[in-house]
Amino acid sequence: MSHDVPTRNGPGFHRRDFLKGSGAAVAATAMATAGEEAQAQDVPKKIAAAAPQKIKLNVNGKDQEITVEPRVTLMDALRNDLNLTACKDVCDRAVCGACTVHIDGKPVYSCTRFAVECVGQKIVTAESLMTPAKTDAVIDAFVKHDGMQCGFCTPGFVMAVRGFCNSHPGATEDDCRKGLGGNICRCGTYDSVLKAAYEVANSSKGGA
Amino acid sequence: MAERTFSWPKMDDRQLLGKDVPRVYDGAAKASGQAKYSADINTPGTLFAKLLTCPHAHAKVAKLNVEKAKAVPGVKAVHVFRDVGTEMRWEGELIVAVAADRPEFAEDGLRAIEITYEVLEHLVDERDLEAAKAKMLTKSLGNQNTGDVEKALKEAKAVHKGFYGVPTITHMCLEPHGSHCEWETLDKLKVQLSTQNVSGTAGQFAGPLGLEEAGVTILCDYVGGGFGSKFAADEWGIACAKMAKDAGKPVRLMLDRPTELKVAGTRPSAFAEVTIGCDAEGNITAWDSHHWGTSGTNGSTVALTVTPYVFDPPNRRRTATGLICNTGPNRAWRAPNHPQACAYTDTAMDDLAAKMDMDSLEFFKKNLGLTKLAHLYAPELDIAAKLMDWKTKWHPHGKGPGGAVKRGVGLALHTWGGKAHAANCQLKVHPDGTCEVFLGSQDIGTGTRTCIGVVAAETFGIPMSSVKVRIGSNKYPKAGPSGGSTTIGGVSGPVRRASQTALWKIYDLVAAKHNVSADGLTVKESQVWSDGKAICTWKQAAGLIGPMALEVVGEGPKDDGLTSDQVGGVQMAEVAVDTETGIVRMVKMVAVQDIGLVVDRLTARSQVAGALIMGIASALSEERIMDNRTGRFINADLANYKLPRIGDIGEFVIEFYEPESEYQRGVIGLGEPPAISPMAAISNAVANAIGVRVPVLPLTPQRVLEALKGAQA
Repeated sequence: MSHDVPTRNGPGFHRRDFLKGSGAAVAATAMATAGEEAQAQDVPKKIAAAAPQKIKLNVNGKDQEITVEPRVTLMDALRNDLNLTACKDVCDRAVCGACTVHIDGKPVYSCTRFAVECVGQKIVTAESLMTPAKTDAVIDAFVKHDGMQCGFCTPGFVMAVRGFCNSHPGATEDDCRKGLGGNICRCGTYDSVLKAAYEVANSSKGGA
Repeated sequence: MAERTFSWPKMDDRQLLGKDVPRVYDGAAKASGQAKYSADINTPGTLFAKLLTCPHAHAKVAKLNVEKAKAVPGVKAVHVFRDVGTEMRWEGELIVAVAADRPEFAEDGLRAIEITYEVLEHLVDERDLEAAKAKMLTKSLGNQNTGDVEKALKEAKAVHKGFYGVPTITHMCLEPHGSHCEWETLDKLKVQLSTQNVSGTAGQFAGPLGLEEAGVTILCDYVGGGFGSKFAADEWGIACAKMAKDAGKPVRLMLDRPTELKVAGTRPSAFAEVTIGCDAEGNITAWDSHHWGTSGTNGSTVALTVTPYVFDPPNRRRTATGLICNTGPNRAWRAPNHPQACAYTDTAMDDLAAKMDMDSLEFFKKNLGLTKLAHLYAPELDIAAKLMDWKTKWHPHGKGPGGAVKRGVGLALHTWGGKAHAANCQLKVHPDGTCEVFLGSQDIGTGTRTCIGVVAAETFGIPMSSVKVRIGSNKYPKAGPSGGSTTIGGVSGPVRRASQTALWKIYDLVAAKHNVSADGLTVKESQVWSDGKAICTWKQAAGLIGPMALEVVGEGPKDDGLTSDQVGGVQMAEVAVDTETGIVRMVKMVAVQDIGLVVDRLTARSQVAGALIMGIASALSEERIMDNRTGRFINADLANYKLPRIGDIGEFVIEFYEPESEYQRGVIGLGEPPAISPMAAISNAVANAIGVRVPVLPLTPQRVLEALKGAQA
């Protein structure tokens, strides 16, 4: 008895199939930024072949070249190609926020973008919030209020809080409760994260 | 010379103990993502492994061909867990692992595997006792009888019969189980393991791999959640090491999210039929229960011994039955057995109180004599009642004011051991006054690193920054696994002993040099004081030990009063229930907890807050949902396995019960106890709000509406 049941790990639906079926626009964008737009339009089947692309990503203010297939998410490219592992692979399905980065100043789940889509955009990861020269107020507030336990969701939460405070200076506690619903923590750090977010949003450093 | 004994400083002399000490060693590294977990290890050449798992609840591998997978570009190693003919007894059992240069190549490899299954009959309905009996898939887990239950129930003034249920939940560690394995030489393996058991897992790798245990290094600086599920090397850990050997390259194998939920641990379910009776004054005289549930194919449920929970009436009968289900196996889940037992005990008690028209708080207080910790619960209940404003907020069940949205309050109480586990530490005091502590322990998020630093820095009167804490390697002195709230006592005892021993040696050197009595010496603010006068700096004192570090080994556990066990805590919940939508909203939770001596108030508070949130999850939203037809765990992902978010938790009031007598008890573990009461307290609050019991947790809108509808019918 044979079973061809769609499971995540068996035969079934995959990002690569998605690209083959409907990802022409995505692939074309990538190709265009790689300077191969003409080829992409002329030979659509070749686009679907999902060959590895050499692309340049601007991460934390630095251009970095990597070679990835169009099916590789920004999360995987950051984690596995650039060794920037602050964005964590937790749900890989745009639910939990552990992979949050900033793209052109806005918090984005990096598992929802293909790396090739992000060419030309400014990507910022949590690692950049602490350098030998400067520590971001959000990091300090998380430490002060103990906004972490195991810490696995924390960098994603930190990026969400940083983005929220940038766009909501002076936010009330209730605003924080409503505005930070995109991140899941299992250890249960919400109460401390809330204090950290409120403090940063209401300090002079809130609206950066 | 006065006798030197190991002890904690007097309450008034504390510098750091019991204060709010932030995670100075690892907090910023965690927050900025610079902390590296097993899932983050990318040493050069690292291969990525993906898993083919069984899509059926019960099946045999009929055909399996992995040759095409091996030929997929980028695939470097293939490991078969279960070959043709192997029976698989739950969905998600591992069949094949593929390691490749990139994760997506490993996925290509999986898709090239040819496999067919012989599908067998399954049972996944853990609530339907009769169906399981009909299939002969039940196991008697005992029947105990004390006193005369029948007589007591006959003579009781009020008797309540109820049905209560707590379904299976999973651990949902955000960092899945897994490891990064790298062979340094053919007989030396380095494992970056996501574990709660740094010192206890080397042998689990060494045996199956034919290595000497000394050849295995286990490293774990950070672990992304464990909650009781990460004590073992696990078959996927061994496979990771084998593939690394086969490929000649390091391999990282982390379970994917659905597999993590299906195979890496569950908390057993428990469904209970309870009959409980009391006399005219409300003293509980009889308890009679039968509970059943599953822990998977080994057919277990909540232990008989914790039933009824905490309260032990004179006439008691308890029976338990296990269901053998084709579901993922259980693992220890934060306070094993206690939360479920608390959920069906304290709710049944609350229902009996309602039947007696008694205030739930008065009813619980009246029956504290049936517990072993009345001396703790009584004052804690008073404190909690004040913090909750219970007197104002409580009303007879369902009789509160308000329109469609009804408010209610409920309470529950719990106990836990939290005794120190075995651990040793090595302490070095360097001649420049800095100090290093080595333990083969782990920080699973509780703040273990920080607490070790607090104990050493407190003892030497130096800042946290002068203490370096080295944990997360099995090459350091052994330390027990972090489970059962045993770590804080386990590490703080040996570190205090080693630090005091080192301090006494340094006192002797200082005394000789400055011609003062060693008995009169103290340390504070990086100075050594003699009878209230600073005589030298800590650095000068440490310099007296010579050119090499002073090394001391601290041992534990010891029966010297530094640590003890057995705590009691109480919790109260306030909810708002929308009777039109069935949505339960958390308004407030009050937790009053004794933990003996508080080492670090800030991280201790976090433990309680985290426990409350985990409790809110299992009270209101989280459960494993099995599909009876396909036998599948249909919500094995983070979207449909519902966890609360930041806006769902309400207000927290957390209070440690700490009179001087508690401080004198020494250090006791805290991780488990506050995770026990929330389900019962919240369920009781909902019953208080709407006047009807929602029998099965979590209290989803559907269940709330069904209960309301049932009450009207």
